Amino acid sequence: MTIASSSPPIRKRGDGLLAAVFIAPAMLGFLVFLLWPTLRGIYLSFTRFNLLTPAEWVGLDNYVRMVNDPIFWDSLAVTVEYVVLNIGVQTVAALAIAVLLQRLTQSALLRGIVLTPYLMSNVVAGLVWLWILDTQLGIGNEIIGALGADRIPFLADETWAIPTIALINVWRHVGYTALLLFAGLQAIPNDVYEAARVDGASEWRMFWRVTMPLLRPVLAVVLIMTVIGSFQVFDTVAVTTAGGPANATNVLQYYIYGSAFGRFQFGYASAMSVALLVVLSAITVLQYRLTRAGQSNLG
Amino acid sequence: MATMTTPATPAAPPTTRPTVRPAKRRLSVGRAAAWTVMGLIVLITLLPFYWILRTALSTNAGLNADPANPLPVDLTGSGFERALGLQSAEEAIAQGGAGGGLDFWRYLLNSVIVSTLITGCQILFSAMAAYAFARLRWRGRDQVFGLFLAGLMVPTIFTLLPNFVLIKQLHLVDSLLGIALPSLFMTPFAVFFLRQFFMNIPHEVEEAALLDGAGKIRIFFRVILPMAATPILTLSVLTYITSWNDYFWPLMVSYSDDSRVLTVALAIFRAQTPATGVDWSGLTAATLIAALPMLVLFAASARRIVSSIGFTGIK
Repeated sequence: MTIASSSPPIRKRGDGLLAAVFIAPAMLGFLVFLLWPTLRGIYLSFTRFNLLTPAEWVGLDNYVRMVNDPIFWDSLAVTVEYVVLNIGVQTVAALAIAVLLQRLTQSALLRGIVLTPYLMSNVVAGLVWLWILDTQLGIGNEIIGALGADRIPFLADETWAIPTIALINVWRHVGYTALLLFAGLQAIPNDVYEAARVDGASEWRMFWRVTMPLLRPVLAVVLIMTVIGSFQVFDTVAVTTAGGPANATNVLQYYIYGSAFGRFQFGYASAMSVALLVVLSAITVLQYRLTRAGQSNLG
Repeated sequence: MATMTTPATPAAPPTTRPTVRPAKRRLSVGRAAAWTVMGLIVLITLLPFYWILRTALSTNAGLNADPANPLPVDLTGSGFERALGLQSAEEAIAQGGAGGGLDFWRYLLNSVIVSTLITGCQILFSAMAAYAFARLRWRGRDQVFGLFLAGLMVPTIFTLLPNFVLIKQLHLVDSLLGIALPSLFMTPFAVFFLRQFFMNIPHEVEEAALLDGAGKIRIFFRVILPMAATPILTLSVLTYITSWNDYFWPLMVSYSDDSRVLTVALAIFRAQTPATGVDWSGLTAATLIAALPMLVLFAASARRIVSSIGFTGIK
């Protein structure tokens, strides 16, 4: 802020000095905590490193190990299963909520209510549902029991654990996703709907013929964001199942965390992070291509 | 893409004014069905909150005896006392607690410090950078901005391990600064988001101030920032919520009470309770207290931020 006094009111051609001062803090953060760690993470993936002694270059060892590590492939499979369930259910539900919000009412209160779970941390959401789904005392299982069915050990059973965690995170995130889509819907001009209505189109038909095509670009961006976020699932797993039972919820990020902080294999953990980065980049590019997100039908 | 990148005018933030009028309010079968679905959604959204409140106000013995009672069983504040560390260890164990207790006020303070520090600095620095990208003329501006944008593509998980190594080398492990530092200066998203708003402020506004003899720094603080108040508020609330709720990074960095934030403390509270006979009353009470500040923050700002949240699309 020192240049405040020396800054003349009448402009010279450029604002180079002022711009440099204004950008400096953000630039520092960008270089030190984003660019440098990205490069360093790639470097560390080629080393053996346990934090205590200097990193030792081992070439492709970590990658060879990764390819031959059944637990890695298993955790990748578990993560993909989680992402498919989480994003599949969440996208459909969010779209339904967004359309209902748009076509039924303009109530800001409803929008606020739908957003409330998003205010909870994943830890809180995990604990809440851990209690509701508890096998012995949870109200969820009480209801199932009252209906005469067998109680379900939602988080303690190998087949149920991942779908359960996926749905818990749908509960937390669906409102936020719905609001993003709702904003996209608001940008669709009303005339289009009116024209469709004059033509005698039903709500259902308008959804498929008007809403979906015009929403596609926004939907694509939201999908890319949520898929990337979904791949990084960690908190909910950490407080509900801790990777169990029998590695059934050992998602990639949990395995990376365990390798680094449980077994101090920072090099190996970095290699798996690089793999995750590659997977995410590939998905982003693929999704962008498939949905032709760059083009807007709104023009 | 229009929603993401081009707010109509920065001075007039998106209002709640409907662009689509709801269809004529005739009660048809379809509308009734749609409202039923909406009601179900609201129920699924809100019931878990009631259920943890009901559990937090029950005794553990009561919960065991009558798990399906829709009302609190043996109405009591003991769960909250335990969560806040107001009970003696013997008393807590007698009530089904672990006896370890939470140093709740300390974790709350830690969370407040970290979230406030991150939100304040990140928004200020990002706004300054966004101003330089949007309103100042300098060589290489577009190239540098492109570099920042590329940062959007790097998922957070990727930078976490190397950042931990760096924080450790800086001897900032187990400190609040260590938790805050990586997100203190900027996020590419915040810069990108604010730049959009600044770009849409008409040049005449700035020129008028220049003629009045104001410097660009003064214009930034007195003209530009106030005009972007709503997007800045929205971004601030979302940043506060995000940093308050963050778990993974604080878990990596903090080892002791000195730097423990609420999310980490809650997870530890959960891990401490025995697997058989969890202290559900205490745990749900702690959960509620941890979530309460964000509910209050949101309730206070919801009116203004709910309608502009769509513009944060790329988070």
